[in-house]
Amino acid sequence: MELIEKANQEALSRMLAADPVLIDVIPASEAIPNLKSHMILHAGPPVAWENMCGPMQGAIAGIAKFEGWADSLEDAFEKAAAGAFDFHPNHHFDAVGPMTGMTTISQPLMVVENRKFGNKAYCALNEGLGKVMRFGGNDDSVLERLAWLRDDFGPAFGKALRSGDGIPLKHLVARGLTMGDEMHQRNVACSGLILRELAPALARTSTDNEELAKILAFIGGNDQFFLNVAMAMGKAIMDPVRGIEGSSVVTAMCRNGTDFGIRVSGTGDQWFTAPVEMPEGLYFPGYTEADANPDMGDSTIVETIGLGGFAMGAAPAVAGFVGAGAASDAGNFTRTMSEITTGENPEWTIPAMDYLGVPTGIDIRMVLDTGLAPTINTGIAHKEPGVGQVGAGVVRAPMKCFEQALIAFAESVGVK
Amino acid sequence: MDNNKTADLISKPLNVVNIGLEGFANELKQQDVSTIHVDWSPPAGGDPKIADLLSKLGT
Repeated sequence: MELIEKANQEALSRMLAADPVLIDVIPASEAIPNLKSHMILHAGPPVAWENMCGPMQGAIAGIAKFEGWADSLEDAFEKAAAGAFDFHPNHHFDAVGPMTGMTTISQPLMVVENRKFGNKAYCALNEGLGKVMRFGGNDDSVLERLAWLRDDFGPAFGKALRSGDGIPLKHLVARGLTMGDEMHQRNVACSGLILRELAPALARTSTDNEELAKILAFIGGNDQFFLNVAMAMGKAIMDPVRGIEGSSVVTAMCRNGTDFGIRVSGTGDQWFTAPVEMPEGLYFPGYTEADANPDMGDSTIVETIGLGGFAMGAAPAVAGFVGAGAASDAGNFTRTMSEITTGENPEWTIPAMDYLGVPTGIDIRMVLDTGLAPTINTGIAHKEPGVGQVGAGVVRAPMKCFEQALIAFAESVGVK
Repeated sequence: MDNNKTADLISKPLNVVNIGLEGFANELKQQDVSTIHVDWSPPAGGDPKIADLLSKLGT
């Protein structure tokens, strides 16, 4: 249909015209004025407490204690079950969060502005690897790190960013792709590149050399530091694509550990959900598939913009890390995703694939026509609260989301 | 295909294009038959309602 083809070209052109810039780090209460006390934003589509998976409940207990809304983790569990907290998806507040995706009032959020369209998107800071809240970790070490991010790291990061004109992200990501990142399970290049941009500003704005050294070491020691930046960037790129009449392009994909949800441009902000699937991957020593939690997190926003599993060809090292086969197979994932997308991104190219642009603009019609579900690179959380990450793998978006979306989309364009 | 052409086909080395179920291609490859597999499945996994909508919406 001509209406759909034109609408999808408009969606693609808005994605390609985006100009995301990391401009600030500010408290969530300031970034999101509608975020109030006892409100907890989580990853994925809406989910009730009783239907949440173990790590999600564990993270909620931890963040409630962190915010002072509960005296202990046990108290937090009881209060959550009794309805003391309001749960909402990050996506309903211009935000995203990895894995459990906790966002509450006092946390520092990175701000990415899409200067082409004037919208902003937010994501919390990456906590590092090991036992962390995004994987359901909630002990004192996790909460102490969050307090340092809130009280020291976040304010210093924000001050450094405000001292300049922000960090443009489009070219930084383009360089990262040429250096082996796919921006979901491999962010080592972009984390280094952003540290190079940030370090002079941090040095100029810092008054405490020891604290500065701690901040630089924290970024430098975290290969996934850039993931949360890429996620805020993804949200900032996709939000202006929402609500284009007749467009069958996916504007969001996310998971809450229970359900997988997608949104489609032509059907506005309606969620289409289906039970989430188990990642297939490799496990850290001492853990197996039996320990794994189903797929979780808003991080699939990076696949929505053509990175992550869609850019696997740029990151052959990731194919091995997530158990997706040989390095030489990496390009096949990208070629396959080209069959379900509206176009390619000429600014985000993959040298090893003769500078092929990353597949961009997932079309629900193509997903169903080919039977090829979007490929997602993901971390794997332990299924019990409080343990953390146990592996990394690949997961497919459930076809049922796309089937429901197609039926609603067809109605939206008068097709029965 | 008439009988003569069928006879021609099986009297020469086969070059097979297999569409759909990969198991058929694997069996032929194990017998050293030149085979190319095409990874294909019916639109919408064979769901007639979704397939009908796809045909009307175009791709």
